[in-house]
Amino acid sequence: MKRVLPGFGLTMGFTVAYLGLVVLIPLVALFIKAAGIGWHEWLEILTSPRVLAAAKLTFGASFCAALLSSVTGLLVAWVLVRYEFPGRRFLDGMVDLPFALPTAVAGITLTAIYAPNGWIGEHLAKHGIQAAYNPLGVFIALTFIGFPFVVRTLQPVMEDLGKEVEEAAATLGAGRWTVFWRVILPMLVPALITGFTLAFARAIGEYGSVVFISGNLPMKTEILPLLIVSQLEQFKYGAAAVIAAGMLIVSFALLFLINLLQRRLDWQHR
Amino acid sequence: MSITIRSIHKTFGSYKALEDVSLDVPDGSLTALLGPSGSGKTTLLRIVAGLEFADDGPGKVLFHGEDVSGVPAGKRGVGFVFQHYALFKHMTVGENIGFGLTTLPRSNRPKKAEIGDRVRELLKLVKLEGLEKRRPHELSGGQRQRVALARALAIKPKVLLLDEPFGALDAQVRKDLRRWLRIFHDEIGLTTLFVTHDQEEALELADQVVVMRNARIEQVGSPQEIYDQPRSPFVYEFLGNVNKVALNEDSNQYIRPHEIEVCFAAEHDPASGRLAKIQHLFSAGPVATLTVRLDDGQFLDVELSRKQLDDLALDVGDEISLKLGSAAP
Amino acid sequence: MSSTHHVTTESKPVRLLLIAAAAFILGLFLLLPLVAVFAEALRRGWELFLASLKEEEAWSAVKLTLMAAGLSVPLNTLFGLSAAWLVTKFRFRGRAFLLSLIDLPFAVSPVIAGLVWVLLFGAHGWFGPWLAEHDIRIIFALPGIVIATVFVTFPFVARELIPLMESQGSDQEEAAVTLGAGGWRIFRSVTLPSIKWGLMYGVLLCNARAMGEFGAVSVVSGHIRGETNTLPLHIEVLYNEYQFSAAFACATILALLALVTLGIKSLVEHLSGHSSNGRH
Repeated sequence: MKRVLPGFGLTMGFTVAYLGLVVLIPLVALFIKAAGIGWHEWLEILTSPRVLAAAKLTFGASFCAALLSSVTGLLVAWVLVRYEFPGRRFLDGMVDLPFALPTAVAGITLTAIYAPNGWIGEHLAKHGIQAAYNPLGVFIALTFIGFPFVVRTLQPVMEDLGKEVEEAAATLGAGRWTVFWRVILPMLVPALITGFTLAFARAIGEYGSVVFISGNLPMKTEILPLLIVSQLEQFKYGAAAVIAAGMLIVSFALLFLINLLQRRLDWQHR
Repeated sequence: MSITIRSIHKTFGSYKALEDVSLDVPDGSLTALLGPSGSGKTTLLRIVAGLEFADDGPGKVLFHGEDVSGVPAGKRGVGFVFQHYALFKHMTVGENIGFGLTTLPRSNRPKKAEIGDRVRELLKLVKLEGLEKRRPHELSGGQRQRVALARALAIKPKVLLLDEPFGALDAQVRKDLRRWLRIFHDEIGLTTLFVTHDQEEALELADQVVVMRNARIEQVGSPQEIYDQPRSPFVYEFLGNVNKVALNEDSNQYIRPHEIEVCFAAEHDPASGRLAKIQHLFSAGPVATLTVRLDDGQFLDVELSRKQLDDLALDVGDEISLKLGSAAP
Repeated sequence: MSSTHHVTTESKPVRLLLIAAAAFILGLFLLLPLVAVFAEALRRGWELFLASLKEEEAWSAVKLTLMAAGLSVPLNTLFGLSAAWLVTKFRFRGRAFLLSLIDLPFAVSPVIAGLVWVLLFGAHGWFGPWLAEHDIRIIFALPGIVIATVFVTFPFVARELIPLMESQGSDQEEAAVTLGAGGWRIFRSVTLPSIKWGLMYGVLLCNARAMGEFGAVSVVSGHIRGETNTLPLHIEVLYNEYQFSAAFACATILALLALVTLGIKSLVEHLSGHSSNGRH
């Protein structure tokens, strides 16, 4: 087929070759390595209590963190899009901090803040709450990481909402709360789900910001990526590959399911 | 240079954009491709330009008898003016117009000073002297349009192609620019093909009008022919106001509002006329429009000159007799 | 008295309450950690802070970080430009699949991104014996750090450019084609000027992530002090040795990098907002 703009062959060749070398071959290698282990050992590794505990913590904390990010992200996005106030541009710029701040830096800093002698940890400790070196710490770190995804996905959608529908609802006698609940929020749901999904997916794989604050106690505060690292340190490559493959399968499946749900919602709102 | 289009087919996936389209655009003519959106007119224009390619098959585009179907857009020698102008936003007006000259191979690229002269010459031609250093966002819509035209002309194209040239302009500018383009075309005599969905524009501007519908050409002719002898009900309805009068269950008569003769009900002749009652009367301007109701309940629009209206002294509620002429298809 | 505010906004007290809540959330979540980095770094005074930055191991970590970013960012920029041109200027079968492949690394844990290279090039990996025979070191050496960084950061430039180029359409490029311009000329004088700000931000973000990458690099580097420790890994080592002030001192370098990245982003948005969002 003839094409008007030049460069199809060149960019296609380069893009596919690059993707193949950098992403596809390594990932395929991972799955082949994991598949070479055999069913019996697969099951054994994935159902070992330590892996199960880590999986529970990883997925559970990620889910809760993404949920909290969604609620706070909705509020922050609304305020940044709808209200004009001094310092708005500054706060808006700050939202991207977790994207730009290296995870290791975030990790040691959050630990310093939430450790029993830290700025916030000290006050929590007075009430008998221990944040750092506890699942709560994992949850805090993952919320920090996921938060910008929700805000940045919601903002453009909120900007495009257009005030006509709200005005229409108001002329029909709806109060502000009703307008938000029954008109605005339903229109934001698809974007909210996208933001949630991105935050969730990012949190599942997160490593740097979690390892410092979690304390890394097997069966208690150990997350899956850390478990992979510790398998590697013991030269258990097969086990590391199996855990990694299992993680990838679960997160791809989750992403796929949420994508399906989203498409249905998106379709309903069209 | 004449353009010849032979049995072009074009599909996008399963959507048929053009079906067996053939057309001759005479040398030096100003031809309009007229049709509703989705009729395939822009696709046809883009195929002539080489910005789109026809499906494999016998389809061909010839410039002056020479097959250019395989020639890439940059070598075809077409001047193309995009609907939204596609001016290079980061370049000045002068740089935009000179762009095509700077892309020539080094051996026949004019010197910098010559390019500058040529740019000024073109600016003069499109009546934009002195705007060389401006940037596109500092210009009005009509000015941008003319910069786009100058840019297209800079490469001395063999044919000029315009996609909805007035589509993005407001009514007054549109009218002025339309008149200007007609005179401009007559001066430079370049074979020009333009796309429009506005029948008034096509009729007023073009030597030849090509009416398109559903991926096919419906009729080709001079504006007069197209208006006076429409070959199908679609062309009838698409070009100007028309009344559709149901004669019986499966035949209709088409008649334009100004073609209907009006006389007093007292002079009614059942053999040649139909009785009607005036429902509404609109008479601001030189032409008055009556909305009348025929004896069988159908509504028609009738146009009269103000003088005729005054002579007949008609008013809402009056009974009149209409002569609808012979039944056309 | 009934309130007189516009129907599409909330009453003033509600507005103030929401703004205060948002400011509190942002302050607690984002501002506080940022302040903490610098506060912790300076806790034992300026002298120790500067001394930690002057240490030789810190310097070799900075150098290695710069080298890794200096190699992976240009590669990913080239990829980003190529992929963006491909998927926005052409329609072809498999385009949607390609787009989701580009997004794939977002769903892959950095640790796994490191693991895959160990499985390929590590001592017990597929190519391990062959590499050992020819005395080539990839894992626990610079090449490993670079490829792991490339994997983790490769979508950033492409992700920034694709929506931008999609929204700009191909009209200007097509106009250039009808005026006889060739591929390189079109790219250089038509496309590049209109995407330069987005490209710049994409490169910057890619760079920030490349310099700050921890998980993937941690897996492939082997933590050899003064040799394969990048800045984030060096911070980890210092932290685990309870040299907190030194760890935070090194962290300030990366935090400043993040701040500069965000600052330039705001600037870019400000500038491009004025030139491209203008109504026509």
